[in-house]
Amino acid sequence: MKTTAAGATCAEACLREVCKVYRMGDQEVPALRGVSVEFDPGSFWAVMGPSGSGKSTLLNILGCLDRPTSGRYLLQGDDVGALDDDTLSELRLRRLGFVFQSFNLIPQLTVEENIQLPLYYLGWEPEKSIERARELAAKFDLADRVGHRPTELSGGQQQRVAIARALANDPSIILADEPTGNVDSRMGGEIMQIISELNRSGKTIIMVTHEPHIAAFARQRLYMKDGAVEHIEEGR
Amino acid sequence: MRRSRLMLNVRLGIKNLRLHKLRSFLTMLGVVFGVSSVIAMLAVGEGASKEALEQIRKLGSNNIIVRSVKPVKEQIREVRTRMSIYGLLYEDMERIAGSFSAVRRIVPAKLVRQEGRLGARTLELRVVGTTPEWFDLVRRPLVAGRVMTSTDNGQRRGVVVLTEHGARRLLATEGTIGQPVRIGGGIFEVIGIVQSESGFGGDIQTPDQDVDAYIPLEVARERFGDIFTQRTAGARIRERVELHQLIAEVATLEEVEATAAGIESLLMRFHGKQDYRVSVPLALLRQAEATKRTFNIVLGSIAAISLLVGGIGIMNIMLASVTERTREIGIRRAVGAKKKQIVGQFLIETVVLSTTGGLIGIGIGLLVPWLITSFAGMPTVVKPGSLVLSLGISMTVGILFGIYPAFRAADLDPIEALRHE
Repeated sequence: MKTTAAGATCAEACLREVCKVYRMGDQEVPALRGVSVEFDPGSFWAVMGPSGSGKSTLLNILGCLDRPTSGRYLLQGDDVGALDDDTLSELRLRRLGFVFQSFNLIPQLTVEENIQLPLYYLGWEPEKSIERARELAAKFDLADRVGHRPTELSGGQQQRVAIARALANDPSIILADEPTGNVDSRMGGEIMQIISELNRSGKTIIMVTHEPHIAAFARQRLYMKDGAVEHIEEGR
Repeated sequence: MRRSRLMLNVRLGIKNLRLHKLRSFLTMLGVVFGVSSVIAMLAVGEGASKEALEQIRKLGSNNIIVRSVKPVKEQIREVRTRMSIYGLLYEDMERIAGSFSAVRRIVPAKLVRQEGRLGARTLELRVVGTTPEWFDLVRRPLVAGRVMTSTDNGQRRGVVVLTEHGARRLLATEGTIGQPVRIGGGIFEVIGIVQSESGFGGDIQTPDQDVDAYIPLEVARERFGDIFTQRTAGARIRERVELHQLIAEVATLEEVEATAAGIESLLMRFHGKQDYRVSVPLALLRQAEATKRTFNIVLGSIAAISLLVGGIGIMNIMLASVTERTREIGIRRAVGAKKKQIVGQFLIETVVLSTTGGLIGIGIGLLVPWLITSFAGMPTVVKPGSLVLSLGISMTVGILFGIYPAFRAADLDPIEALRHE
């Protein structure tokens, strides 16, 4: 993988004057207007703000699913804006884990196969990959569900499968987009316990949410407005 | 490890296709028909060639066969006792031998229907008065004894060579060589037994038959003469035919057809009527090729259209599948799949689909030639190579028509794809 010297001062994920402009016909719609944030290793961030404030765009860029129009995004030393599509896939595969609001499990695959998905693209041997998937399933109390389809599970169970999948490749950063949005509040509490536990074990967590009591789990809260950082709040 | 990954991909493909069994099956049909047409086409073509080659082997590829034919006009104004004179003459043999340097050997045959008798056993024979060269041109394995020699002919010996079939019927279990057989009032000594190969190839009949008895030409002329009387219902037909058949052997295969045309015009000049027919075994190959071509055009078009329509059907279904599975594609991309891995996944699925169609097509394709043989009586030969070819074609169809949907899938924007409902 290519590395650039520019990352010397940034250990985990840093945004430097990042702008994102979407083109709608001949109109230019700015989504991010010069965002600069440093996400330290092992930090736990909640990104908040009204809809249209640029939360999702920020998360997409952090997740290497999108490139900044201008400015730089440095991920563990790599300048993401300069990388090609295959290398971005490689970064997602090795360094990032995603947890979505709507779980995003593949319906025709079993729980076990869903968890194995990153390992499949990493080229793991099937035996080792199954072993790893079962380990993770057991960790999240899904051991008796490994052969089931996602649709046969409750929302809370599905989100735990999604978290297990995000962890399968042992990434350093977990990106969560409204992880509790589709589960009931009791289940939501449980999901947040799991995510907090992941943070304690050393993972960097960047989570988009609009619920203050969910954001309260994070140690830093980033408030966005009109595509720019409004303010940053430290502490619980 | 690469192999197990491919197997995983194939298993995943099969799994996805099994989710929509009927849809997958209907999608395959085009390939199924296409592939079975390809196999049927090749089997019919191969069968025709094989049969032609077999016939040519029996007839002798370098031979030109000239037969006496009763002219049509003659039959119409036939009067009860009038004698019809037609056919090849002894002179024709000299003329042909003298006119064409390409003709290496020429063999005459005088054919007479006579009853053969040995003790109580009888058999209706076709007595062939000929020269020893017959056995060089119409090559048949000698079963016992010897064939005729020029001495037999020169000294007008009463000797006969029987076919295996004739020998079995006439001689039965008694000692074979040296038996005296009575043919049409004369006694002939059996000197040898040859195998026979009777059959037709197109409109050409093999020069030999099962019931042949070969005797020296001079003996046949002496014993049976040139005039034959046939008794049909109420009428007596007298015919004068000198020679019934001439077989000319041409030195090289390339000269066969030109020489045949030359013989045809030579005879035309001297005979003035169409009382002979020149046939060339080599023409059978042309006939077979023509049959093959016709079948190739018909079945080839069916195959091409089926494969094209089948391919378009596959592409259509795969495009629908890509739309349906947009979200899955988004998830895979977010997790870290590269574009080429998405292309691979969809391409493998298409190839699995078309190859399964190809395998079913091969099953049907094996059945079709069998049906053609048993109902239309056409020979068919299924070569293993044609099965490999068909499988190759079906895989190619899968790749060709799968490329576009696969690239459509890979080029989806992951963010849009994840948002897709």
